[in-house]
Amino acid sequence: MTLDIRLLTQALAARVIAGADELTALDSAIGDADHGLNMKRGFEAVLGDLDSIAAKPLPDALKAVGTALVMKVGGASGPLYGTLFLTLGKELGSSPGVADCGRALATAVQAMKARGKSDLGQKTMLDVLGPVAELLMTGETDADAVRKKAKSLAEATIPMKATRGRASFLGERSIGHMDPGARSSELMIDAVCDVLEGRT
Amino acid sequence: MSGKVGIVIVSHSPEVARGTADMVRQMVGDEIPLSFCGGNPEGGLGTSVEKIMAAIDAAWSDRGVAVLVDLGGAETNSEMAIEMLPAERQGKVVICNAPIVEGAVMAATESWGGASLQEVQRTAEELSPA
Repeated sequence: MTLDIRLLTQALAARVIAGADELTALDSAIGDADHGLNMKRGFEAVLGDLDSIAAKPLPDALKAVGTALVMKVGGASGPLYGTLFLTLGKELGSSPGVADCGRALATAVQAMKARGKSDLGQKTMLDVLGPVAELLMTGETDADAVRKKAKSLAEATIPMKATRGRASFLGERSIGHMDPGARSSELMIDAVCDVLEGRT
Repeated sequence: MSGKVGIVIVSHSPEVARGTADMVRQMVGDEIPLSFCGGNPEGGLGTSVEKIMAAIDAAWSDRGVAVLVDLGGAETNSEMAIEMLPAERQGKVVICNAPIVEGAVMAATESWGGASLQEVQRTAEELSPA
């Protein structure tokens, strides 16, 4: 698949920035109420480098996005999403197929687990990204199926009890709220699906 | 100065970081390399990889640097900052699993006494339940 890097970067940033208030509201329920603001700051920095990012081949563009997020987000999600994009940049060639993306995402999820000392089932972004990687590895090319899977995975964090991150301080009281990191992961997957479907 | 282990304090709050450093200075004066940082890149509550890297640089000692952190993001961002240091420095920086204020004061006191990086870390970590 050929990807328009400028379009993809803009779509990712626009989706996260538009969702910032919602992400912060989710984070205020079970965390420190900064996830939306942090992600917005990170993706605004990405947009600030847009010309330079768009001029790079895909692997280098992904690494540049990862570095911007690491430096500018200012919460744990910075190193975590930074690790996601940096690993994708290391793993992917310039024009990957769907299954290649799935394998690279699975590798990135492993790297994120190490970075966050976390695993699936702890009510985090991994609960969306891990199973989406598995779906992509099967070669799923229907973007809408991927979008729906990500949405249902984010919703599935609502009844979970958080055992990692700031929400874990709340114990049982974290149950009943969607994890903000799971939602931001869903938003990013949704943005990529939009680009693949030619919607943006 | 370079004969003593450096201490870096990383808090979500610039005031907590500064106040902790004040308490350390009360114990050891200016006799060890010490730096602190707090706040996200805009100065609000949070941590910043760039600021942490600069703080490690400011407290650099050839005998190593011990980093004290508060909550999760401070640790994750500190780990990221250490990985982004030049390769020859990475192995000389450790994050202590200890409460930030007590850990910083204990670590600094050990450093002042001439302890190695491993001894500084071990002493700070004695404060945390195994």
